[in-house]
Amino acid sequence: MSEAVIRVVGLGKSYATAAGLFPALKGVDLAIRPGEYIAIMGPSGSGKSTFMNLLGCLDTPTIGDYWLAGENVAQMDNDALARLRNRTLGFVFQGFNLLPRMSLQDNVALPLVYAGVDKETRRAAARELLAKVGLGQYAESLPNRISGGQQQRVAIARALVNKPRLILADEPTGNLDSHTSEEIMRLFGELNGEGITIVLVTHEPDIAAHAKRQVRFLDGQIVGDHLTEHAP
Amino acid sequence: MMKPMLGEAWLAMGANRLRTALTMLGMVIGVGAVVIMLAIGQGAQYAVQQTISTMGSNLFIVLAGSFTAAGVRSGSAGGPTLTVGDAEAIAELDGVANVAPTHQGSRQLVYGSQNWSTQVIGTTPPYLDARAWNVVNGAAFGDSDVRSSTRVALIGKTVAENLFGDEDPVGKTMRIQQNPFMVIGVLGSKGQNLDGRDQDDTVIIPLSTAQRKVFGTPFLGSVRMIMVQAESAEAMPRVEAGVEALLRQRHRLREGSPNDFFMRNLSAAAESEAETTRTMSILLGAIASISLLVGGIGIMNIMLVSVTERTREIGIRMAIGARQKDILAQFLLEAVMISFAGCLLGLLLGLAIALGINAVTGMVVVISGSAALIAFAVAATVGIFFGWYPARKAARLDPIEALRYQ
Repeated sequence: MSEAVIRVVGLGKSYATAAGLFPALKGVDLAIRPGEYIAIMGPSGSGKSTFMNLLGCLDTPTIGDYWLAGENVAQMDNDALARLRNRTLGFVFQGFNLLPRMSLQDNVALPLVYAGVDKETRRAAARELLAKVGLGQYAESLPNRISGGQQQRVAIARALVNKPRLILADEPTGNLDSHTSEEIMRLFGELNGEGITIVLVTHEPDIAAHAKRQVRFLDGQIVGDHLTEHAP
Repeated sequence: MMKPMLGEAWLAMGANRLRTALTMLGMVIGVGAVVIMLAIGQGAQYAVQQTISTMGSNLFIVLAGSFTAAGVRSGSAGGPTLTVGDAEAIAELDGVANVAPTHQGSRQLVYGSQNWSTQVIGTTPPYLDARAWNVVNGAAFGDSDVRSSTRVALIGKTVAENLFGDEDPVGKTMRIQQNPFMVIGVLGSKGQNLDGRDQDDTVIIPLSTAQRKVFGTPFLGSVRMIMVQAESAEAMPRVEAGVEALLRQRHRLREGSPNDFFMRNLSAAAESEAETTRTMSILLGAIASISLLVGGIGIMNIMLVSVTERTREIGIRMAIGARQKDILAQFLLEAVMISFAGCLLGLLLGLAIALGINAVTGMVVVISGSAALIAFAVAATVGIFFGWYPARKAARLDPIEALRYQ
């Protein structure tokens, strides 16, 4: 059994509200091994978004420890967190979140700009990944020239461009019709087949069914953790 | 890192062209005002320097004192207190370059059927050196002409034109006070002095000739005025003090008794003119800095709007790995680029207006590379100063909040 890519121990997060301290996450333990394909489920307010923000190094926990690829994230400063988001993680959002004024190629290459990679290498990497998600011919187009499903493919290419250890996808099919959703989920399946670790947040059971393992959140705690029954 | 960011800043500026252009306007006007201010200020300074150099530099004059006879007081230079001997003694002082005793007055000149009233100056050869005045046609008179009171004259360009017309005046004989004088040279043109008087409307003759034949004098050897030129501007105060002490000693004045002569610094008048110009430059500078301030506030305002509008973009960039300093640099660069673009347009506008002023009014303008450099330095400073706060605000956004922003 290989070393866990993600390991959280007693992870908690509280927010200050008018009514006092609100605990969004109450001491969560979880380990994710390399190559896993895991779906995080739960109703809104269950703490799964808070958990994702912590996993994504967008936020720091109030209590507990978080090891990402062997490094303890909990006490890191802003620059170190940015570096992890840039090199170790890849984000896929519900709203695609491409920059509207940039060509698809420049969008995909953007994380490499922040990694300090030179222009030719950026270009080559972006072209290669756009071809991989089947959009090589649109490299010079702007995001508003292509469909939502295609935009999400570009966003996935962007998430992959810095060769991250894992992909965090937050409701990636939430804005797509069922047919396009199937296409995106097939792409995630292929990537996982290549050995990429994927963590997927969703509230739709049929989307979660694509993952190999399902974790269920309720009231800031994990209430279920099991392998998908008909996993491929 | 820098190159892709420049491209992005350019894209961001182009995304809202009208807004960018209006934001730049404050900078354009501010920098334009700086350029015009420097062009006019340096031009005026140059014009004053030209005037000083035609008048002669580091000059002062000593005037004979007044005297009182039967209760009637003469004006300055009314009394016979200065002598040629005083002038010769001053010439021996350390730091003195030229000394010229002079006696001048207005007289009528006659040549053939023409006549012309002008200023006649009786003096010695160092006078021309002190005033850096050269003879363009013919030759100057020498010390021997002064000793033997020859009747020769140097005439200014205005006199030559009015008295001789198209004729060559050199070698011709004209009359001053019934006395025939031979014109031996024509002086180079000097134009107007600070008071606007035509310096070319003059005739210069040997001092002794002037005293004996033209003006007459109470007793020979007395002069009304001595022009003194110091070797340098630094030597001026020393020479002035030296001359005063020397004259008091020669005139046997007791301690406490007033001078029986007056001293006037000619360069001081020109310098006060330069001072006026500097004051004008400071005023223009104040106007320029106010427009730059307003321009800078305009940039800050639009950058704040831009940060708010692009909150989501900032969130996305942070999510994919932009550090706070990357976001800071991006927005700062954008502010500086707007500032620079405004500066470039302002330079062109200022240049065009300065050249226009020169063409319409004939005012001297000096356009220097240092003016452009100053303008760019100011633009960079304004861009960084007023871009800092919005850029810092962008860099400090919470990535989660920013991503959620609609």
